Amino acid sequence: MTTQEMQQAEVKVEAEAKVEELSGRSIRLLTHRQLVLLRFRKNRLALVGIAILVVFYLMAIFCEFIAPYDPNRRFQGNVHIPPTRLHMRTAEGALTAPFYYKVERKTDPKTFERTYGEDTSRRYPVKLFVSGDKYAQWGLIPLDIHLFGADDPTAPLFLFGADAMGRDLLSRIVYGSRISLSIGLVGVFTSLLIGLILGGVSGYYGGMVDNIVQRIIELIRSIPTIPLWMGLAAALPPNWPQLRVYLGITIILSFVGWTTLARVIRGKFLALREEDYVLAALQAGARPAFVIREHLLPSFMSYILVHLTLAIPGMIIGETGLSFLGLGLVAPTISWGVLLKDAQKVQEVALHPWILLPAIFVLVTVMAFNFFGDGLRDAADPYSQRT
Amino acid sequence: MRTFILKRILQAIPILFGISIIAFAIIQLPPGDYLTTYVNNLRSQGDVIGDEQVKALEEQYGLNQPLPAQYWKWISNFVRGEMGQSFYWNKPVNTLIGERIALSMAVSLFALILTYSIAIPIGLISATRQYTLTDNVFTVLAFIGVGLPSFLVALVLMYFGNRYLGLSAGGLFSIEYLDAPWSLARAWDLLKHMVLPALIIGISGTAGTIRVMRATTLDELSRPYVEAARARGLRETLAVLRYPVRVALNPIMSTIGWQLPALVSGEVLVSMVLGLPTCGPLLYTALITQDMFLAASFIMILSALTVIGTLLSDILLAWIDPRIRFGGIQ
Repeated sequence: MTTQEMQQAEVKVEAEAKVEELSGRSIRLLTHRQLVLLRFRKNRLALVGIAILVVFYLMAIFCEFIAPYDPNRRFQGNVHIPPTRLHMRTAEGALTAPFYYKVERKTDPKTFERTYGEDTSRRYPVKLFVSGDKYAQWGLIPLDIHLFGADDPTAPLFLFGADAMGRDLLSRIVYGSRISLSIGLVGVFTSLLIGLILGGVSGYYGGMVDNIVQRIIELIRSIPTIPLWMGLAAALPPNWPQLRVYLGITIILSFVGWTTLARVIRGKFLALREEDYVLAALQAGARPAFVIREHLLPSFMSYILVHLTLAIPGMIIGETGLSFLGLGLVAPTISWGVLLKDAQKVQEVALHPWILLPAIFVLVTVMAFNFFGDGLRDAADPYSQRT
Repeated sequence: MRTFILKRILQAIPILFGISIIAFAIIQLPPGDYLTTYVNNLRSQGDVIGDEQVKALEEQYGLNQPLPAQYWKWISNFVRGEMGQSFYWNKPVNTLIGERIALSMAVSLFALILTYSIAIPIGLISATRQYTLTDNVFTVLAFIGVGLPSFLVALVLMYFGNRYLGLSAGGLFSIEYLDAPWSLARAWDLLKHMVLPALIIGISGTAGTIRVMRATTLDELSRPYVEAARARGLRETLAVLRYPVRVALNPIMSTIGWQLPALVSGEVLVSMVLGLPTCGPLLYTALITQDMFLAASFIMILSALTVIGTLLSDILLAWIDPRIRFGGIQ
């Protein structure tokens, strides 16, 4: 035994002991599902990933309630106000509930440079469940309660600063999450549909059909994605309503996305068909439908799920990239990519660095999906020796 | 070997044909044809264009013919090197894209070289020092790098470069070399300017390669032949470098073909953020202004070069690895 192998064996024994300690049962008595869950829970990064995703998707679902302002409301005279600082201590140093000061813009009479100062004469408290701009939750329920905010419209609270039209960037990011986060899911779902049909057909019939589908996949994969996406996105008619553009973009994204999924599905299909336990089941007289349901699907779905999870960030980046260029969604629709369009010029970013904040949200989402997907991949096969 | 090369070239032909159809479809997709846009533009500038002139233009571009005939006209001209006229710039497409394509390819290839020369040593170091601090740091970095969209990284780096280093926006040449003829000094200047864009474009490829290199080296390190090499008294570095590394490099080399499309597509986006004089910005304006001959030529050439690059890397691989040459590895 090499030192390497001894180390690996040690790690494995340790891991088993850990599992037994966590579950209170011997590892050999656990069901498949319990093993998967245990393996997943052991991966800290994956847990962080899923926690972030839950928070972000809740934000997307309840964006009207969570955003402090209407994302299209313009605050006169508050163009490019930097992020408002929250204070927890009064001027005397005593601890209080969070409050902020009104930001005042001054222009230097000589250099015309703009400076921002806090007017400390009056404290504005940040309140929870404050009533503010009217909205209709999911377009149905008329409400005016916001998770947090300030009730004095003359001194708006801009936690992430304001954009070029004096709109609250935080509210816009929160609203943008609805489109940016959902486009990944819808896109992956469409890819899955195409991938399942073509990959399944390819794996089932084999021969000529398989060959044709494989060549098509090769063709699409050999074209650089971004130029292809750009070309297709530029072909969307500019007078289309935004909902249709949204669907168009998802279809364009899935045009490339399905190829990976179809390959995975076909490969798994071919590999599993030859497995001993499948042959044994067929020999024992099981019907194909039964074999697919009881044997193929369970060992199959976890892999598909992993690939779906890992495909979502690519779609999100795709939408962001296209909208950033102005080829995807455009204002007045709000998505993270549309918001980043303001950050195209480096001079703008240098003056108002907070307009880069949507990029942070994209990055965090993409990382979270990758961590989550990686954890899923390890967990999907709990019998492997990887630690 | 010769049959392998021949077979591989024959395989590439239908793919090139498919790409040409997709590129042609992109010309055709926008509602209304590009001639209408062109004529409207001319008319809005006050030019008087009669119906006969429109007819003549239609004749010239073959727009009154059925689609297959139009496709044939476009592709046969294209193969002969006449890519049509750019309506927006009012210049032949050839003169517009020549240098840009070359620069795009230079940046992408440079990114590929940087990717490998950074990723392979790091992956090796990670593998030979498994679970040490060095390994963990690189693993986390690689993990983060895989998911980073390159154009956002470019955006953030531009901000920091501008803020703390006083760098102005990207570009590929210093001002004094901008319109200078090619010389050694100009090439050196270009190389210096290419490092940062190439690094940014290569981020996710580098990160991915680090992970693959680490995993395959780890697999190989525990093989008996490594132990045998050590037993024969070979120094550890030699025992690692001479045998397992060569095997571990194989999966990396065989995926060069997959790296290329990703690099080219990353280059298009990053060059737009950094303002590089490569394909990205011109392709973008071409698409926005519906300058379809220009746009389609870009898409066609970029894709074709990618396919040819993949072809070359496959042939190189087969030359290195006899198992591929004889069809052992799929």
